[in-house]
Amino acid sequence: MTERAQIVIIGGGVIGCAIAYNLALSGADDVMILEQSYLASGSTGRCGAGVRQQWGTRMNCILSRESVRRFETLNDTLDYPGDIEFKQRGYLMVAHSQKEWDQFQENLKLQNELGIPSQALSPQEATEIVPILNTEGLLGATFCPTDGHCNPFYVTDAYAQAARRLGVQIRTQCQVTGIDVKQGKIRGVQTEDGYISTPIVINAAGAFSQHVAVMAEVEIPVYSERHQILATEPVAPTLDPMVISLSRHIYCQQVPHGSFLMGLGDPDELKSTDTGHSWQFLHNIARHVTELLPPLGELRMVRQWSGSYNISPDSQPILGKGGPEGFFLACGFSGHGFMIAPVVGEALAALVLGEEPPVRISQLDLGRFARGDLIREPSVV
Amino acid sequence: MDDRDTTIICRCEDLTLRDVQRAIDSGCKTLDEIKRLTRCGMGPCQGRTCRPLVSAQLSRVLKMHPSEITMTRFRPPTKPIKLKALALLKTEAGDEDHD
Ligand SMILES: Cc1cc2nc3c(=O)[nH]c(=O)nc-3n(C[C@H](O)[C@H](O)[C@H](O)COP(=O)(O)OP(=O)(O)OC[C@H]3O[C@@H](n4cnc5c(N)ncnc54)[C@H](O)[C@@H]3O)c2cc1C
Ligand code: FES
Repeated sequence: MTERAQIVIIGGGVIGCAIAYNLALSGADDVMILEQSYLASGSTGRCGAGVRQQWGTRMNCILSRESVRRFETLNDTLDYPGDIEFKQRGYLMVAHSQKEWDQFQENLKLQNELGIPSQALSPQEATEIVPILNTEGLLGATFCPTDGHCNPFYVTDAYAQAARRLGVQIRTQCQVTGIDVKQGKIRGVQTEDGYISTPIVINAAGAFSQHVAVMAEVEIPVYSERHQILATEPVAPTLDPMVISLSRHIYCQQVPHGSFLMGLGDPDELKSTDTGHSWQFLHNIARHVTELLPPLGELRMVRQWSGSYNISPDSQPILGKGGPEGFFLACGFSGHGFMIAPVVGEALAALVLGEEPPVRISQLDLGRFARGDLIREPSVV
Repeated sequence: MDDRDTTIICRCEDLTLRDVQRAIDSGCKTLDEIKRLTRCGMGPCQGRTCRPLVSAQLSRVLKMHPSEITMTRFRPPTKPIKLKALALLKTEAGDEDHD
């Protein structure tokens, strides 16, 4: 007997789980998630899980603002017995060059116009929020008090549990090895454990989305790049907000558990799905972070890990139809997919079911690259 | 309270047998999943103390031979090291700067 599903989602990261929950909530039956490893084993479980609304494009500002609203009540919405640990202690974005500072002023205008409560701070004011900040060479900073971070495992778990209660089937340790396309239509997926017939497939495969797309005979312009994180021993609360420097490509936060997590966007990083680590990274991140936040030099590093960004030509996700009838894309999140997952989940579910999405995402379709309608985001790490 | 509440499995992260059991009950089948839901193995010892205990418990519950339980990835460093020491380190590749 062939197995059947109405909708198959490939990938059990935060995106796949959020889409599945919203599909089931809107009444879709027979939704199935296929995950090759375990839930949140991909980028989701390796990410900084930072949530910021201080962006330079209207699209990112709206996606993140709407997602923050949802994170604020997600424990209740999803009836989660645990806590997703959404801590809103703000993001402090520091500027060390005139170019950066000018960009921030423009971003602020846009953000405030969209109702995001961000503001400009002098170096002095910045140290009131982060006393350990080194103000040498600092021109100023912007701060948004409602930015923050979550625990990515719990957010994924919360969506997965709620999805299961609504009837979604979640299969872990089940890799999709092929997609069956006939006469331009999706017919089913081949997995390690057998064939599943389905008219709709959603590609939420994160760092592997380009490989999954090829299975459906579509080429998508994304690549994967390794990004590493350093974690320190837990210490007493010292740093409230996430501190981020775009020109130095670094971010640093203290999570509720007490550890500091810090990451670096290295232009020379490996372009692959590799999740190994390097010594150069440790040296570079330690050097930059101890320069910006000198007292952290005394902290001991206890762990390092890495995950992948799935990067698109304009650093924006690719959402919507692509390729054969019944094939949908939710990939190319370019290092900021976690923070917009709540809205992406709703929007994708609406698109698949032919309903009106909560936020207009039609500009984020695959067709924009052919049309030349790129939405370049100036503010990425 | 029974033995499970007082039996410490992970002394770095202060986790009891009960905490680990709860993760297994919620569907965790691998050390990695337990680690990510409970922090078991994420302490300064990097799981050197608790990993064997958790894999023993997993193999008991899942009725698998301990050798069938996949180990978590070992993550550097071997000993905790201060950031200021790392910052001073000269790497082979030289001093990379991306400002
Ligand atoms: C170091 C680092 C820091 C980051 N920091 C942030 C941050 O602060 N804020 C933020 O918003 N974002 C951040 N990100 C980005 C964020 O992690 C991703 O955008 C987000 O997690 C994407 O979720 P996803 O569900 O699309 O992908 P994933 O979590 O990667 O999920 C995809 C899943 O698909 C599965 N899969 C792949 N191929 C197959 C197949 N053939 N069959 C079955 N399953 C398959 C994989 O196993 C994986 O679990 C960071 C990323 C990294 C690496
Ligand atoms: S005992 Fe579990 S991490 Fe050290």
